Amino acid sequence: MNIKEYENGSFLKPLSSIKYLFKKPHTLRYPYEEKPVPDRFRGLHINDVDKCIGCGNCRDICPCAAITMVDPSNIHPIDKNKVGANPVRPKIDYGRCSFCALCVEMCPTGSLKMSKDLIYVSPDADAFNWVPLAEQEREIGYTQSDEITPLMLEPEKMEELEPDVRKKTFEEIVKGFTREQALKEAMRCLGCGICMQGCPAHMKIPEYIQAIFDEDNKKSVKYMLEDNVLPGICGRICTHRCQDACVYNYRGEPVLIMWLKRYATDQLESYKDVEIEKMPPTGKKVAIIGGGPSGLSCAYHLTTMGHSVTIFEKGQRAGGALASGIPMYRLPIYELDKEIKHIEDMGVEIRLNTEAGKDISFEELLENYDAVYIGVGLSFGRYINLKGEEHQDVIQAIKFLRQVKIEGRREISKRVIVIGGGNVAMDVARTVVRLQQMAYGGEGTMVQMVSLEDWDIMPASKEEIDGALEEGVIFNPGWGPNQVLLDENGKIRGLEVKKVKYVFDENHRFNPAFYEDQKKVLEGDYIVEAVGQMYDLSFVPKELLDKLEFTPRRKIKIDEYGETTIPGVFAGGDLVETSRGDAISAIANGHRAAIGIDRYLRTKK
Amino acid sequence: MSRTYELFIGPNHPGIPGNFSVKLELEGDTVVSAKGDPGYLHRAFEKSMENRYYIQNLALIPRICVPEPDINEAAYAMAVEDLMGVEIPERAKYLRTIVLEMARIAAYLFWMGGFAATLGLYTLSQWSVGDRDYALDLFAEICGVRVYHMYIWPGGVRRDTPPGWEDEVLSYVRYLRDKLIDYDNIFFKNIMFKQRTRGVAVISKEQAIEWCATGPVLKATGVAQDVRKDDPYAAYEYIDFEVPTLTDGDSWARAMIRRWEFENSLNIIEQAIKKMPKKGPVWEKMPNPLKWRVPAGEAYAKVESARGEHGFYMVSDGTGRPYRVTIRGASHVHMFTIAERLLVGQRLADVSHILVSLDVCPPEFDR
Repeated sequence: MNIKEYENGSFLKPLSSIKYLFKKPHTLRYPYEEKPVPDRFRGLHINDVDKCIGCGNCRDICPCAAITMVDPSNIHPIDKNKVGANPVRPKIDYGRCSFCALCVEMCPTGSLKMSKDLIYVSPDADAFNWVPLAEQEREIGYTQSDEITPLMLEPEKMEELEPDVRKKTFEEIVKGFTREQALKEAMRCLGCGICMQGCPAHMKIPEYIQAIFDEDNKKSVKYMLEDNVLPGICGRICTHRCQDACVYNYRGEPVLIMWLKRYATDQLESYKDVEIEKMPPTGKKVAIIGGGPSGLSCAYHLTTMGHSVTIFEKGQRAGGALASGIPMYRLPIYELDKEIKHIEDMGVEIRLNTEAGKDISFEELLENYDAVYIGVGLSFGRYINLKGEEHQDVIQAIKFLRQVKIEGRREISKRVIVIGGGNVAMDVARTVVRLQQMAYGGEGTMVQMVSLEDWDIMPASKEEIDGALEEGVIFNPGWGPNQVLLDENGKIRGLEVKKVKYVFDENHRFNPAFYEDQKKVLEGDYIVEAVGQMYDLSFVPKELLDKLEFTPRRKIKIDEYGETTIPGVFAGGDLVETSRGDAISAIANGHRAAIGIDRYLRTKK
Repeated sequence: MSRTYELFIGPNHPGIPGNFSVKLELEGDTVVSAKGDPGYLHRAFEKSMENRYYIQNLALIPRICVPEPDINEAAYAMAVEDLMGVEIPERAKYLRTIVLEMARIAAYLFWMGGFAATLGLYTLSQWSVGDRDYALDLFAEICGVRVYHMYIWPGGVRRDTPPGWEDEVLSYVRYLRDKLIDYDNIFFKNIMFKQRTRGVAVISKEQAIEWCATGPVLKATGVAQDVRKDDPYAAYEYIDFEVPTLTDGDSWARAMIRRWEFENSLNIIEQAIKKMPKKGPVWEKMPNPLKWRVPAGEAYAKVESARGEHGFYMVSDGTGRPYRVTIRGASHVHMFTIAERLLVGQRLADVSHILVSLDVCPPEFDR
């Protein structure tokens, strides 16, 4: 710019503007002319109410507090019983909204968007406070971006043992989070609490993750113990339905809630410094049959309620399936000991090697205690009526796993066949791999699995299947066992299997059918059956057993407080319908029974 | 009997730049004393920020300055990035530069309209505010809204450019260059403008430095100081531009400096679009907004706004919300240190254009 040109003002130059008299004005003549609205315009909101899960992240991030969560059923019906969703939807007050679109950025499902509404006019002042719906037919403007999102969609990666290393040892495979990883993973959590709906025990997940983020692991464990007495165990082997419910599933990977739980518990050598509220003693006595997760859970919570509790465990260790069934590489025994020690420190008496019905009779318990809880679980393996099943080299999975973990069995055959496609079958197969590596260095060894279910419907979890595949287990999905084949010396030489036509019939019931003409032989000299477990209630006297009612699926019938049809006798764990066959649901229904027992004891005349 | 009388201009007065007022003591039409009277616009920005998550302040800070909201976003983001030790991606730096310069252009267009109006020329107001609207449309395309963009955020910018946006900006720049000839003809080369402003409200170089003037007010006295040059942020270190200066220090010089800066901004935008990496990330991943903790410490981030140095001083105590934020706006100095002195002895008819020539923007002290 040459400043000299400007120093002397001109009288005539301003007159040049007269030319604008003859130019077209650039004012837009609304409404005769439409103003084009850009694609990213941040207008009024659009919410796909059916896709929205009512998590409330939009409300939490709103800088103007313009969003409230309300029940929209008067204008749009929603499924109120949907698991993983709150029956509320955002209502937006445009008197407060600043159109910053942070709510859109933070929406985990992507249901919330903004529209291209440039102008919205209404004579009614209340018209600017509504629940946005997708059917209002607005044109979509500002939406989320996949590249730029404030949500942390990717989880932290944890260190794990490589397949070649881990198959030679029973050392724990997953190393767990380091401090930095745990803090970063805890940071991902949005704190919406949808996960709590997935957890059978309804643990206070957002609270304990926040405590981990605040580096207050004691507080974190305190929150965990309020609903789950075995947090360190569940931090390793839980079926983590919380993670399946996590809102991050809609756009990325869930928060690794289970491993965060393990991180917090691992940081505490013992839980004795965790402040736990305990009620004054009531003088009531409760007997608990079975020291599995449900029994331990029930006992612990009853103790905190002031009752005195005795657990009768038939084995040499408390913990049930956790102690004997789950291999060391998934759950080290010292972790279980730490949590059982805490339960004992709280005042629970555990009598080991005391079997109800044998060492102490059920009637005695009924007489000497104010209430009895049955939590014996499914501690016997199921047979499949296979021809040749009675051979000494055919073993039940639960027995085999107990031998390896508790009794220290280390001898194994070179070629092993595992029947089953569930998580227990995977545990067996992967345990066998380790034993074979220890005994033979893996030379000439083989583990074959055979399951009725094909890959798509195999009940085992994906992590377990992948882990087994990586460790060299051979799968035969879609084959059913026909008979055990013996050689001339009476030793097992293999298992004859036949091709499965279908596993579930047209009524979706388990009713497998086979192609009788398609058969093959799997070579092996040792067979482990992992096809399910069952319970044994023979310790209950006949006249009482007759009084005990069962559900159509042969589970003990209980009311909402866990009480059976015999007054004062409660049941839980895998014996009841609320169990889903995992530790956390046993822990959950043990806790629920504890509340029921407490109510029973306090109201009993 | 007193010969002086009191006159209150503002808070709603066509000759006052925004919602504040000046209490004048006049003798005839000569100002005897002037006193700024702020508070009409106070919305407790600084205090409100202490109660919000770092990301929530994004909705608040642009509102500190209506004509040029992006400077607040940039300074805020830079302060947070400084505390967190984050380096933003290259493309984001250029996008920030382009957006900040566009905001400067929009601010100057707004100012031009206001300044010409205080001198009685309303035609320029119509033109410049109309042309500013094209800039707002470009903002709406890149970030979704016209005025409060919330586009620059800690870590970079919120979205990459939509297809063809750069070309639209370039054609807008060309349009403004052509238009500038008409602006010159009708206003900057207009003899009336010269007659009304030359030699009015002169600030000497020494006074300007002593009174902590920044931006065009300082440059009009001959000091070539500019944050973009002295302490480059965004992509200014890669951009070639001159800091304009004039030595007159009067209302005319201040207006001419802005006219000059306006032209500079057009050049900077063209350069930035040319030099900007064609592809690449525009945002460095930041923590989950609900658990976003900034390490304890303090930071001061400053940018060159259309009015001068604009800075955010931020103290963090390591939690998810700022412990204290304070905003250094150029207008505070220009009003209370300079204008109150400068108006003394001036004629009432000049008060408005002197205030606008200092570009006093009330939210910068009502905060």
